Amino acid sequence: MKEFEHIQSAHCENGVTSSLLHHNGIEGVSEPMAFGIGSGLFYIHIPFMKVNGGPSISFRTFPGAIFSRTCKALDIPITHKKFNSEDKAMEYLDRQLDQGKITGCQVGVYNLPYFPKEYRFHFNAHNIIIYGKQGNEYLVSDPTMEETTLISEEDLRIVRFAKGVLAPKGHLYSPELVKTTNLDFPKAIKAGIKRNCRDMLKIPGKPAGVSGIGYTANRVSKWRDQLGVRKASLYLGQIIRMQEEIGTGGGGFRYIYAAFLEEAYKYIMNDQLLEISNDFTKAGDMWRNSAMTMAQTLKGRATEQSDFDHIAEGMRIIEQQELMALNKLKSIKFD
Amino acid sequence: MKTNEIPQDESALKNFTKEVCYAKNSDGNYETVLSKGWDVKKDALDAAWDDIEIQKEKAIIAFNKGVKSPLYFHMLNNLMDTSLLAQYSGYWKFTINRHMKPAVFNKLKDNKLKVYADLFKISIQDLKEIKI
Repeated sequence: MKEFEHIQSAHCENGVTSSLLHHNGIEGVSEPMAFGIGSGLFYIHIPFMKVNGGPSISFRTFPGAIFSRTCKALDIPITHKKFNSEDKAMEYLDRQLDQGKITGCQVGVYNLPYFPKEYRFHFNAHNIIIYGKQGNEYLVSDPTMEETTLISEEDLRIVRFAKGVLAPKGHLYSPELVKTTNLDFPKAIKAGIKRNCRDMLKIPGKPAGVSGIGYTANRVSKWRDQLGVRKASLYLGQIIRMQEEIGTGGGGFRYIYAAFLEEAYKYIMNDQLLEISNDFTKAGDMWRNSAMTMAQTLKGRATEQSDFDHIAEGMRIIEQQELMALNKLKSIKFD
Repeated sequence: MKTNEIPQDESALKNFTKEVCYAKNSDGNYETVLSKGWDVKKDALDAAWDDIEIQKEKAIIAFNKGVKSPLYFHMLNNLMDTSLLAQYSGYWKFTINRHMKPAVFNKLKDNKLKVYADLFKISIQDLKEIKI
């Protein structure tokens, strides 16, 4: 059996995708490639839904989409399974491991023992790789961690059956071992870009896609009046965390996407890809600056209505920047 | 962002891990760099935890005044709301809201309390109290 090699990444699902494919002999799917081919770039502000008492905002596509889209685009069959019974879910995992199959596993982070306590919220869309078992402990490769780690059977059972939004239900997934000689990267890249432009530009409703950034900006302007300074500031704090926290690669995933376009250029020699990569780098920088401004408000240094308006205005400029970049990307004529 | 601009501020990641960041190297190409953390993110995370502490303090006051049962505090202490607690405990939200009332909570039998105690990984006795 091939020895498993732990690879650290910024984002868990990119990392699991990249690692699982690498382990199965498929080279060339780096983290940015998984993110780009899987059309990972997104923005959504889900109205009327609260996460940890704050606004529900995401800078990436739906959980699970990156893995399945990337494999599909490269014609790699996958198996995935959810369970109603905890016992069956654990037995199935053991059987997979007995056959030497390493597997991706969706977990909740609240009870994940090796995570820093400060990061343990009820968040259920975390992804790890289980690559073996020693006695009663499973061998874990968590792509966001520097080193591999262990988890007890009891703890793994709890995190695989965490409850709440996006409950994992024991979800396991892995690529099927196939003889892959002809991976068509250019085709997969083009398809990933095309779908990402469509998701960001064409998805209906203002809160989803690039227009969602403007939607959030409009909310930000109103928060101070509606909620008071303290709560409005906490809401900004939540945006910072969704945008910059561990797993995003910084700048709300925009840098990872810029890195993808740069890597895509190696397969498709179109200078525009590099130009648009720079546009997304700039968008990432703008998001980071926005986070710094928000942090000032959070610390009570800039809490007037004009400060909230200033933040909102900054977000509208980011929206324009991303709109411009996406329109350019959409209009590239791949031959 | 350039690789030499990646912040290396001390954060809650200390002694656990460093995180991967994407930035441009001196040749203008993307590269991954490990970061210890960023103060801006630390501020945001700290603010979220401060808010949880404030909610818990309010729950203690409500308990001492006899307005809320200790269940309310334990729920917040486990970062839950009633809908998440309902999913974990198997009780209806309506039932949980009733259990938040001291008069109802105090009459609950041990087998009902045990569901909460097991969930919060504390004893039934500890469930009836608030220890800080």
